[in-house]
Amino acid sequence: MHELSIAMSMIEMATDEVMKNGGTRVDALYLKLGRLSGVVKEALLFSWEVACQGTLLEGARLVIEDVPVVVHCRECEADQTLDSINRLFCPVCRKAAPEIVQGKELEVTALEIV
Amino acid sequence: MSEPRLIEVRKNVLKQNDLLARGLRERFRRAGVFTVSLVSSPGSGKTAFLEKTLIRLKEDFRVAALVGDLETENDAMRLARAGVPAKQIITGTVCHLEAAMVEKSLEDWDLNELDFLFIENVGNLVCPSSYDLGEQLRVVLMSVTEGEDKPLKYPTIFNTADIAVITKTDIAGAVEFDIEKARASIESVRPGMKVFELSSKTGEGMDGWIDFLQAGRKKSEEADFLTAK
Repeated sequence: MHELSIAMSMIEMATDEVMKNGGTRVDALYLKLGRLSGVVKEALLFSWEVACQGTLLEGARLVIEDVPVVVHCRECEADQTLDSINRLFCPVCRKAAPEIVQGKELEVTALEIV
Repeated sequence: MSEPRLIEVRKNVLKQNDLLARGLRERFRRAGVFTVSLVSSPGSGKTAFLEKTLIRLKEDFRVAALVGDLETENDAMRLARAGVPAKQIITGTVCHLEAAMVEKSLEDWDLNELDFLFIENVGNLVCPSSYDLGEQLRVVLMSVTEGEDKPLKYPTIFNTADIAVITKTDIAGAVEFDIEKARASIESVRPGMKVFELSSKTGEGMDGWIDFLQAGRKKSEEADFLTAK
């Protein structure tokens, strides 16, 4: 359960942005969360509320965009989206596709600042 | 009252850790120390494996180890008995190592005096996967008592590791462990991953692992030599 420290890093980052851009609080934080990021969405949402208390982000919404795993298949010479994260095989030709092009994201994309 | 403004950020949440890790990797490279980290669940035999690895390597190389644990210095003491410098990183309530902890632990060590540095992460198959420690090689261990489908249950950790080691093979028969099934699970989550099978207790399979480490160190030195030119 490292989601609490992840939440705290996000708050720190958002607070810096508020200082830089001039504002008093954050209404929402937008996050891209890859399925292979090692972070569990539910645990992060739970930690979020707790971690935001007493900060400029108290009451802020955490808007998570789930990012599926996309691999590059050399056989098909194409990127393929996978349903599962424990079978890195091309859904079309069934060959192994270890090259991950998307799905490890843990990225703050935007903030709503007041 | 002012209207909310949407501002674009586009920043990796773990940027701070990644930057530190990058700095560490560069330091290891300059000092010519080959750094290997170990991740696994608790009780998979990381410390015994590390102990045997250190004993074998110290005949020809200068080796040291950092070991992460929530509490106690037992592991570092055990490794110190093997006659190598070992330091415990007590993480308190933190379930994984971060690059900053590694950096801090290295403060009073001269990396130029080392050929190999091992970093044993906290026993945990989830959280360590998110944090780069600056290592050159990350090894994930699973023991034969854990079940062949462990990789399918924890794909992310296998995905962030470079190679896998199946430990405690001396008791594989007793616990009816199916090595081929385990290899297929690893292949599923990380196609092409190199897998070692060994027993720290009997030493079976250790030769291949030690050869691999030496070759890895040599290869990384040669790569540096080429870039230096």
